[in-house]
Amino acid sequence: MNPKRKQRLILILLGTSGVAVAVLLVLFALGQNMNFFYSPSDIAQGDAPLDRDIRAGGMVKDGSVQRDSDSLRVSFVVTDFVSEVQVNYEGILPDLFREGDGVVAIGRLMENGQVEASEVLAKHDETYMPPEVTDALERAESASIY
Amino acid sequence: MWQSSFWQSSFWKNLVRWFHKWTSPKWFYNLSRPLGAWIGWLALLILVVSLVWGLAFAPIERLQGNSYRIIFIHVPAAFLSQAIYAAIAALGLIGLVWRIKLAFYLAKQSVPIGASMAFLALVTGAIWGKPTWGAWWVWDARLTSMLVLLFLYLGLWALHNAMERPESGDRAAAILALVGVVNLPIIKFSVEWWNTLHQPATLKFTEAPPMHISMLIPFLLAILGFYLAAVAWALKRTRLEILQRERRTQWARDELDRLGGNV
Repeated sequence: MNPKRKQRLILILLGTSGVAVAVLLVLFALGQNMNFFYSPSDIAQGDAPLDRDIRAGGMVKDGSVQRDSDSLRVSFVVTDFVSEVQVNYEGILPDLFREGDGVVAIGRLMENGQVEASEVLAKHDETYMPPEVTDALERAESASIY
Repeated sequence: MWQSSFWQSSFWKNLVRWFHKWTSPKWFYNLSRPLGAWIGWLALLILVVSLVWGLAFAPIERLQGNSYRIIFIHVPAAFLSQAIYAAIAALGLIGLVWRIKLAFYLAKQSVPIGASMAFLALVTGAIWGKPTWGAWWVWDARLTSMLVLLFLYLGLWALHNAMERPESGDRAAAILALVGVVNLPIIKFSVEWWNTLHQPATLKFTEAPPMHISMLIPFLLAILGFYLAAVAWALKRTRLEILQRERRTQWARDELDRLGGNV
């Protein structure tokens, strides 16, 4: 390669990788602030602030959803299988809200460790299956148990 | 030593000659017409088949019902927006280091294609997010880094059009494109490095995708169709860019006369 081109190539690659390293350092310095939500473990460790709205995310614990019979009040437990946090919410839940699936609750963390949510978002996973296939898999699973 | 003998070998010289032929705007102009047409028709066929299959015939999803079907547009558009950005940066590097005009022409004409793909990915993502997540938009790392990608595209577009001489625009845009490459791994790994509302990738190189085969086939076909359509579109746009930028050469004048554009 002729020296002039080589010089240009090295200069460009050095400049570009310098910027890349700077950006990545900034991102990792931001750390927790880049996260969209706090996990129940973060909240248990006291990482989440009490004085402003936070987002708490994780899985809805199986069997933890309790609905009020004469209002839209609902409470459920969000877990990351290490720690748990209880979320109280009044309003309509998204269609994909289900026990055992992901959820992000936006609201305020109370002194008692519970989250009073003003909004609940459902998080879905990267799995895409037709209902018949899932049913068949579940049937096969329960057949093998009994 | 061996290095200098390699650079002087006939193999290397033939390779360089072959490469130079490809970098000639005239050669590219003449070759891209049949190539673009073939790729374009193939893309159209694959897109129609895959989208009709995916949007109308693929089974519904166990949790999301019909709303998952937008994945057949959302993911190909998102893939393309990133692949085109990487291509623009690579072409920019070639243009800057080897001063190859054609690389700049191709890069410049890929910008609107990549920008429309990024826009399409964001819009389809919002339409998908409302019924599934319950929100059109959230500021999580994946969505934000994709928005940054769209802004990078708009920046490239602006740089190309802001300069008096198109050559200066080419160079400025190539540098921005190269600097912006750092955003691509951020988009890709955002769902792994940080907590996001966006789900992780379905398609991975290392493991079988957690998607049923009846959805996977039209999904992969749609991605292929988008790729081919983008290539055909880029070839078409670049042909016009070549005619405009080479309008002072004799062959381009003849071609413009033939097309009836040089009145």
